[in-house]
Amino acid sequence: MRILLMGNPNVGKSVFFSRLTGVHALSSNYPGTTVGFTQGVIRHKGLCADLIDVPGAYTLDPTNEAEEIARRIINEGADRVILVIDATALERNLVMALQVLAYHIPTIIALNMTDEARHKGILLDVERLEKELGVPIYKTVATTGSGISDIVDNMDKARVSGITAMTKEERWQKIGHIIAEVQTVTHRHHTLLDRAEDISAHPLFGGLAGIVILALSFTLIRFLGEGLVDHIFDPIFENLWLPLLNKLSAFLGEGYLRSLLIGRLFDGAIDLEQSMGVLSTGFYVEFGMVLPYIIAFYAALSFLEDLGYLPRLAVVFDALLHRFGIHGYAIIPTLLGFGCNVPGILATRVLESKRERFIAATLISVGVPCVSIQAMLASTLGPFGVKYVASVYVVLLIVWLILGRLMNLTLSGFSPELIVEIPPYRIPSLRAWMAKLWFRIKDFFLEATPLVLGGIFLVNILDMAGILERIGRALTPFFHKVLGLPPSTAVPVVMGMFRKDIAMGLLIPLNLTAHQMLVAVIVLSMTFPCIATFVVMWKELGALRMLEASALMICSAVTAGALLNLFLAAF
Amino acid sequence: MQMNLIEMKNGESAVIKVLPNGEAAQRLEALGLHGGKTIEKLSCMPFGGPVTVLLDGRQFAISHGIAEQIEIEIQPAG
Repeated sequence: MRILLMGNPNVGKSVFFSRLTGVHALSSNYPGTTVGFTQGVIRHKGLCADLIDVPGAYTLDPTNEAEEIARRIINEGADRVILVIDATALERNLVMALQVLAYHIPTIIALNMTDEARHKGILLDVERLEKELGVPIYKTVATTGSGISDIVDNMDKARVSGITAMTKEERWQKIGHIIAEVQTVTHRHHTLLDRAEDISAHPLFGGLAGIVILALSFTLIRFLGEGLVDHIFDPIFENLWLPLLNKLSAFLGEGYLRSLLIGRLFDGAIDLEQSMGVLSTGFYVEFGMVLPYIIAFYAALSFLEDLGYLPRLAVVFDALLHRFGIHGYAIIPTLLGFGCNVPGILATRVLESKRERFIAATLISVGVPCVSIQAMLASTLGPFGVKYVASVYVVLLIVWLILGRLMNLTLSGFSPELIVEIPPYRIPSLRAWMAKLWFRIKDFFLEATPLVLGGIFLVNILDMAGILERIGRALTPFFHKVLGLPPSTAVPVVMGMFRKDIAMGLLIPLNLTAHQMLVAVIVLSMTFPCIATFVVMWKELGALRMLEASALMICSAVTAGALLNLFLAAF
Repeated sequence: MQMNLIEMKNGESAVIKVLPNGEAAQRLEALGLHGGKTIEKLSCMPFGGPVTVLLDGRQFAISHGIAEQIEIEIQPAG
């Protein structure tokens, strides 16, 4: 049996889905995140059926990809439909509800968020609504699970509605009629959360609040990340992993396999940061340095998301981002990119036009340093002083602004404008937050990590074959004249383009001056963070666009490096 | 008196009269913003930023460019 789970975005469908199928699914507040539907199986008291979590849609006359997919799915037919309706926004939810009911598939309605509706002073005559729509309605509170088993127990009571297809005008009339018969709104007083809403939309304070919140978030993330590294990850690597590697190293003895897996030994000992083997440095950087910060990062982001703050952030940034050809929502993928560019670029799917997605994705890979790069910054430039680390962020920001402006002025195509719902603030539920965190970390493991480790493997092979050495030597004069870097940097920089994890291990022993290190690090930060990003851009943008983006990336990196070199020489 | 959403003052209520042409109208209607609906303007971000409005108890943000093209008629108080 095939059951469709349908409804507007933000009605709690994904929470519903996870409770019905026992599979943790992502529940997000911004549109487009459940595009590409999720499927699971309901097994409950003799009922065994495929449940499809259809992307949230406001209407089946599609205005975006999610709605197109929703329409396609229902057009393929189904045995039952579970329609999730938000009790706090009945009027708007009825648009799609009427469209779905007109398909005459046996349907049950889950009237969700009835607790919030009551809190808002909205009273609904559910019996009357049942009569108007012609299908059974059950009240639910998806976040607590209340009412969900009622739905499943009564699947056989699903009915075909008497509602038929109608024109837009007829639909508005019908909805007006239903609302008048069913809904009454009483007055309620301002709560603390309501006041918070007023502030975040305020022209001046909204922006200030945004900046403060971002600053607090980044501080918290650093704190949390460091804590995880110091108390959990480093001890694991020192006490468990290193002894294992030592045994493996002794077992393998000299040879290609050991160079590949373990890397170089220093006085017979493995240095997790510099040995460069897949299992030594590769694993350590990925799981011992990047992962803790990814966890910290997603913890903070998921919290802000569940709170409902992100669309407000988009509003604050929209005017600014427009000058760069993207709209307010691009702030979200951009922020994700600070954790790892891979999910950041994947999140650009939220944006509606190809042009926007291209600009946002390119800007992320060029100008947004992921945790891996930030780790590199700290270890290579940190010793020279905080101002060097800070100046990298400043340079990246400038590059982001200039490149964005250039792309906006020269690229054809259009970028649609921001029209978005601002959901009410909600106290995030611990359970949903943890599920989301888990899901995101799992994603990072499954999507980004294999590519990173694969890339490391590949680069190690190229290195052993001497190919990178040759490329490095060929580029040495260029490095020297244009970037002001000594010949010894050529190979490390080339290698570092594909393996950010080892870049610092390679650069540190070179004894570069502060200025030289700055130029080298900027160039490295702006080129592909890692093989994973390369692959993701290919998948998301297509081969042609990906090559364009790469060309832009290399040109900007070299230009930035050269200009920086000249600028610094003047001091 | 007819004017557009940008010209309207914060805190005022108005009825939507005309929506912009094309794709934007579709998206607005899908969210429930169609001709004849009453909305309240909550705020407007500076430097050409989006307008925030209240419709049926829900908040929406609309970019400056589109807000300029939405014609509304002020509801007299009372």
